Amino acid sequence: MSIFTPKQSRPSPKTQVGILSWTTKYLFSSKIDIALSLFAFYLLYLILPPLLDWMIFSADFSAKTNAECTREAACWFYIGEKMNLFMYGMYPLEEYWRPNLLLAITLSFAFIVRLLRFQPYKNKAALALFIIYPVVAFFLLYGNDFLGIKIVETDQWGGLMLTIVVALVGIVASFPIGIFLALGRQSRMEIIRFLSIAYIEIIRGIPLITILFMASVMLPLFFTEGINFDKLLRALIGITLFQSAYIAEVIRGGLQAVPKGQYEAADVAGLSFIQKTVFIILPQALKISIPNIVGSFIALFKDTTLVLIIGIFDMLAIAELATSDINWMGRKTEGIVFVAIVLWSLLYLMSRYSKALEGRFNTQY
Amino acid sequence: MNILSFLNNSKTRFFLFQIIAVSIVAFIAYHAVSNLNYNIDRLGIHSGLGFLDLRAGFDIAEHFIAYTPDSSNLDAFYVGLINTIVVSIISIIFASVLGVIIGIARLSNNYLISKLAEIYVEIFRNIPILLQILFWYNLMLISLPSPRDSFEFFNIAFLNLRGIFLPKPIFESGFIWVMLAFFMGVFISFFIKWFFNKKHDLTGVKQRTWGYHLLSLLGLPLGVYLMLGSPVYFDYPGLQGFNFRGGFTFSPEFLALAFALSIYTATYISEAIRAGIESVDKGQKEAALAIGLTQTQALKFVLLPQAFRVAIPPIINQYLGLTKNSSLAAAIGYADFVDVFSGTVLNQVGQAVEIILITMAVYLTLSLIISLGLNLVNHKMRINGLNE
Repeated sequence: MSIFTPKQSRPSPKTQVGILSWTTKYLFSSKIDIALSLFAFYLLYLILPPLLDWMIFSADFSAKTNAECTREAACWFYIGEKMNLFMYGMYPLEEYWRPNLLLAITLSFAFIVRLLRFQPYKNKAALALFIIYPVVAFFLLYGNDFLGIKIVETDQWGGLMLTIVVALVGIVASFPIGIFLALGRQSRMEIIRFLSIAYIEIIRGIPLITILFMASVMLPLFFTEGINFDKLLRALIGITLFQSAYIAEVIRGGLQAVPKGQYEAADVAGLSFIQKTVFIILPQALKISIPNIVGSFIALFKDTTLVLIIGIFDMLAIAELATSDINWMGRKTEGIVFVAIVLWSLLYLMSRYSKALEGRFNTQY
Repeated sequence: MNILSFLNNSKTRFFLFQIIAVSIVAFIAYHAVSNLNYNIDRLGIHSGLGFLDLRAGFDIAEHFIAYTPDSSNLDAFYVGLINTIVVSIISIIFASVLGVIIGIARLSNNYLISKLAEIYVEIFRNIPILLQILFWYNLMLISLPSPRDSFEFFNIAFLNLRGIFLPKPIFESGFIWVMLAFFMGVFISFFIKWFFNKKHDLTGVKQRTWGYHLLSLLGLPLGVYLMLGSPVYFDYPGLQGFNFRGGFTFSPEFLALAFALSIYTATYISEAIRAGIESVDKGQKEAALAIGLTQTQALKFVLLPQAFRVAIPPIINQYLGLTKNSSLAAAIGYADFVDVFSGTVLNQVGQAVEIILITMAVYLTLSLIISLGLNLVNHKMRINGLNE
């Protein structure tokens, strides 16, 4: 009597495993495939070596002056020397702690909101933070004589700090306007609906740069003499006007996605219009719209670069400005590439986050 | 009691709220306009559209219609508008071609190709378009050669720091007949399509028709062209002194703008194409093959029409976005509509309100035209009975 001993199973054929089979399957499976792969290799050969050479291999990381740097490749010390300019613009050096502190406060606020997410009073707390935060931010960045914080005029703001300020103000200020416009567009009152639709469609039909021009040259004419707007404030008004139309459309999508039964049930329960909107419809509609709101924030973040056209020194404008330094002539490419890398990293992270949110909020009821 | 029920009546409430809304808007508008009038008087700005007839007094580097500094502001308006339209159309064409290629490449089985396409999309979609425009413009300025040692393409086209110089076709009077022949050909082509469709409906015989179409669309104009003894000749650019003369020029500003817009918009178009192709259920292809269609037929009659239905609306929205983004030309000084009209003309005349409003109206019109196109396409693609 023999005992059954299972035979060792044979290894997969050489053609099915390992790097060789992977390449034959995904790179060289047919004649066309081979041609495509060769083409891709050729493209890589065309792009990568000169790019890497310029950025890393031939680039100068240590040379302290423009003359010591090579002409043919990047001179990264320039970025290091101008780093403060890229980050804070002309903000006075001894006041850097203020934007830094604000950044810390921002991050800790986000952390607090996250900690409180299971507490019953989380909404009130979040709302309170939402109201306090802009006030704190304004006093910190701009300053206040009464509080003894030195005033830093907005024409000294700049760099990445300004880019973030513009984007954040744009999204926060346009949010309430967007909600009203979205509700107005859904309203049964014809005139209000008409006004909302007209506003939204007009703004969406014209480029942001026109709105910025409008805010910077046309808007001051509409106010009485003596009210003199700050240049940055004008840009912020323009961006808010622009963004609120897009936010309105995003929220309208959310409002339309709330099942009709919710509206009817709220009516049946005898809620007034305001109760129905605030307690039943908006919480659901906003939750549905969150991924798209993040998406529109990303678009806004990209659009903030446009403020350079009306003479505000955001990060991209700094890349242009920094080359006017006589010691660093002809180093514009480095500046633009650096800004591109920074903005790309931020935008890429945000778009990943937005994708993740989409997955998380994609709940089927 | 009566008053309360009157106030609680929804009709009355709607009426009251709308009255309030209208009066707020009217109040703001009234104040804005009265301030405006006051400020205009105070600053001594003219008003009205009279400035359009004034002499412009500045030169525009690129113009497709006749323009000199002696032309009126209205001419400058047209020059800018045409420049905007030209750069938009050319960018739309390149963006579409590139977008379709990248979109298909992303779905390729070839790992390298799909990965490259993905990297391309992730890089260029997440960099602000203005930054890209400035980058390419800067790159062109530092890397293109001077006119003396410019890149040559068969000695008829040249690329250098001053732009790209192409041979310019000059049409003699006889060319109008060639154009007429072409339109005739288009007409005949439609007739051929109608005729063979009818034949297919009546007899069930399906014929290949592309030969006929080729003949009517290309053969007919070509025949007329040769008959008339080639009524077109080319004006080739040539080096004279320090610059090229003759031919047809696109400035580096134009090239940078068109390049950046195409590269940027192509990423979005490729995503739309990919989403469209992925949206078609796998069962559709299997079903199409099961009822005996060939691969090509399945693609042509079953898969692509469904993919396009999903892909086309976002693509047209991207065209709209591209047209609006072309206004960023102002940053590098390409003479587009915003640069010429809300830039130079505004600086010279100072009539901010009129000029900004006209600019808005122009872009609204462009948007409206593209949206109309979108609606037409949507209407054409509608599945009867699906969405009411």
